[in-house]
Amino acid sequence: MQETFNAVADIISETCNIDREKIRPESHTINDLGIDSLDFLDVTFAIDKRFGIKMPIEKWMQEINEGKGSVDDYFILNNLCTRIEELKAAKPA
Amino acid sequence: MRLEYFHLIDRVEAVDPTAGTIRASAQVPVQSTIFEGHFPGYPILPGVLMIESMAQTGGNLVLVLENFQRMPFLAQIEQAKLRRFVEPGTALTISASLVHLGSGYAVTQGRVESPSGLVAEAGIRFRTLPFPSEETRELMMVHARRLGLEPPMRT
Repeated sequence: MQETFNAVADIISETCNIDREKIRPESHTINDLGIDSLDFLDVTFAIDKRFGIKMPIEKWMQEINEGKGSVDDYFILNNLCTRIEELKAAKPA
Repeated sequence: MRLEYFHLIDRVEAVDPTAGTIRASAQVPVQSTIFEGHFPGYPILPGVLMIESMAQTGGNLVLVLENFQRMPFLAQIEQAKLRRFVEPGTALTISASLVHLGSGYAVTQGRVESPSGLVAEAGIRFRTLPFPSEETRELMMVHARRLGLEPPMRT
């Protein structure tokens, strides 16, 4: 988990030009880090490439819109990294 | 090219969804009011239109890959290089290859070539969104058919 967080934090820092020290597991990508939708597109692409996954952002947004989850469930870094771990684990060998 | 309609490609010559590639052709018109301003006495195709031709070509690839269920919108241009001038009347070949089809976005790499060689290249990123209306989707499919595509296989 720490490895995933470090990789994601490095990606966010580099892509969005945010000090690495400011990026913490409890950081909210939008509220705390101020990442806008276009920068988040870059972050998503970098994460997809780094881990060989396809983050189902559209499905997550739909779940948020349908009240099946909160924004925090997906976009606080700790939670985001948990979901990335799940996607990595579900990848075909 | 029908510059007055912002149609930058004339025909899709080949598309391979499995390989994630597309190739289109475009004939730069001999005359256009655009050339009166760009530039007076020295007409050349504006570089932004070369970028747009790659965006339209890549966008058609994304439409096919998304089976015309999502609409691509230009979101980002990366490392664009405009290598040669393009004069009125030039026949262009525009190609795009898929780099990544993500959730809600797509990344392509585009190239424009003329008989003289490579003209332009750029990484083109798209947001993909549901069509704003069924009417828009149908109109996009009509345009795609005009370009030589056969949308969609399934709805």
